[in-house]
Amino acid sequence: MPRSRFQRLLGVLGILAVLAILGFLLLPLFVVATAAFSSSALPSFPPKNLSLRWFVNAIGYPDFRAGFWNSLIVTPWSASIALVIGATFALAIEHYEFRFKSMLEGVLLSPLFVPHFTIGLGFLVLAVQISLVNTYAVVIACHVILVLPFVLRSVYISLRNFDPRLELAAASLGAPPRRVLVTVTLPLLLPGLVSGWLFGVLLSFNEFTASLFVTGQRTQTLPVAMYNYVRDYSDPSMAALAVMYIVAVAVLLTIANTFLGLGKVLNVERRT
Amino acid sequence: MGGAVAVHFDRVTKRFGSVAAISDLSLEVRRGELLTLLGPSGCGKTTLLNLVAGFFSPDGGSISIDGRLVNDVPTYRREIGLVFQSYALFPHMTVAANIAYGLRMRDLPKRDITRRVGNVLSLVKLQGLEDRRPRQLSGGQQQRIALARALVINPKVLLLDEPFSALDKNLRASMQIELREIQRNLGVTTIFVTHDQSEALSLSDRIAIMSEGHIRQIGTPEEIYTNPRERFVASFVGDVNVLRGKLMGIDDTRAIVEVGAARITVPSESVRGLKASMPVDLFVRPEQLQLTEAGKPCASAGTVVAAVYQGAHIDLHIECADCPHGRLLARLSASEGTKWSIGTQVGISISTDEAIAFAT
Repeated sequence: MPRSRFQRLLGVLGILAVLAILGFLLLPLFVVATAAFSSSALPSFPPKNLSLRWFVNAIGYPDFRAGFWNSLIVTPWSASIALVIGATFALAIEHYEFRFKSMLEGVLLSPLFVPHFTIGLGFLVLAVQISLVNTYAVVIACHVILVLPFVLRSVYISLRNFDPRLELAAASLGAPPRRVLVTVTLPLLLPGLVSGWLFGVLLSFNEFTASLFVTGQRTQTLPVAMYNYVRDYSDPSMAALAVMYIVAVAVLLTIANTFLGLGKVLNVERRT
Repeated sequence: MGGAVAVHFDRVTKRFGSVAAISDLSLEVRRGELLTLLGPSGCGKTTLLNLVAGFFSPDGGSISIDGRLVNDVPTYRREIGLVFQSYALFPHMTVAANIAYGLRMRDLPKRDITRRVGNVLSLVKLQGLEDRRPRQLSGGQQQRIALARALVINPKVLLLDEPFSALDKNLRASMQIELREIQRNLGVTTIFVTHDQSEALSLSDRIAIMSEGHIRQIGTPEEIYTNPRERFVASFVGDVNVLRGKLMGIDDTRAIVEVGAARITVPSESVRGLKASMPVDLFVRPEQLQLTEAGKPCASAGTVVAAVYQGAHIDLHIECADCPHGRLLARLSASEGTKWSIGTQVGISISTDEAIAFAT
């Protein structure tokens, strides 16, 4: 059927709209990336001369280094602890019926609605009471709570998609419980667990609001260090840091995609 | 191994909380037969299957497979083959790995595994699909894979849990024939669970009709269809008409029932204990009803309200004010059925000595 001129026009407009939205999404990224390679001390767009000095400055800045190492300590611990807690609760919620179940779910998901500064402030007050101020423990505990809803959700979805009859089928074919676990249950739940953990890592690494309250000079995470830097300086070191950050995440996701399949890690069911 | 009994239930009881899903049930499954457990949902048929599989153990009584008590034997040591309604194929494995699973669990050498997987794939006519994933296959193919996976371990019993209900009608019919052929050729003892009575009638060596945790009747499809021993069996298996009648006389073997102007002889077994002049319900199959012109003396009367053309025969639905269900179904040959148009007043006569009567 020949398409009318009006339909063609609509098609072109649609494509333009999509391109405009994509461009809008990527605009900040583009601005930051170009500013990072500028040689002048004030972030300007477009940059006049290209230089890598702000990368050198960012990498060499002691607070960024310390913040990065602190983040490297806090992030895997909080994601891992949240994964263990989240998986346990997800299992309990999926497999058992009990009173106050919906209330429990509500409590577990509450960090989604409670503002992060509330949780941060709460932990700060608590930390003062039991003299844990300026320790990693309080930062990690705080992050565990904040990333728990996301980890829980991710594990819960993969449990939901898991058909318990697969375990029964394996048993009927002669697999004792341990081999059922290794050959059927774990391989099928692993993508959900890994994606939950990756979610936790990304969220914990990015977390700023609550971290501002619970970190001290010794334990400040990278986002807090960045915030403090911006308060004092206005050069494009931040932009350089942002570029490195984006590249690091891209590399991480590429690795996850290569070895696990991003579709699986993000729990996207693909039909062929 | 020997012995004619492959699976033996001896006074088995299984409770869930305070509800008895199976109570005091005894059953022998003969070696090599295909026994169907047929009943409405919640009748305990799936529980019975799960007891053979060992997914839980009975609260009372004993279950033996091949003469060996298995009450406390875990599923993975029972040597059973199981096909689920949803097939439960392992989504992360190829077709070949799915089928090989049971053999790998038995730690067989690789060469044996490859050979046996190849054999069973040709048995279910799916050679060449070894490297596919289950989700790349059609429903019928998935089912064959599930069957192949269960058969490759040479199970002592094959358990089928409503395996055809997810297939469309045409595919279902051809899969049933194929399954029956494979089952007969291998001579594997099979317990088949379904709620579909036509499936049960066409596939089984024997059928056990279940309701409320009990076996109501067990027998060949023909016995069940022509000689139901209970109201429940008669109304559950096949289409059936119920006509209200009166008991005229009864002796050791025969009873005479008066329905309208007709007198029908029925076996007395199902109405034993009743006395003459008591009301009874007469159960008659649709193909045993005949239509006559209205006004002549016959068993009942009514109006044709619908005609369903089925190819070889025609189903006529007749509204009948005097019948317990208000409706009758007559199954006539195509040439006979087209004589009666919708809205016609008809007389109904019963052309059989195979009707069965039950107390009302």
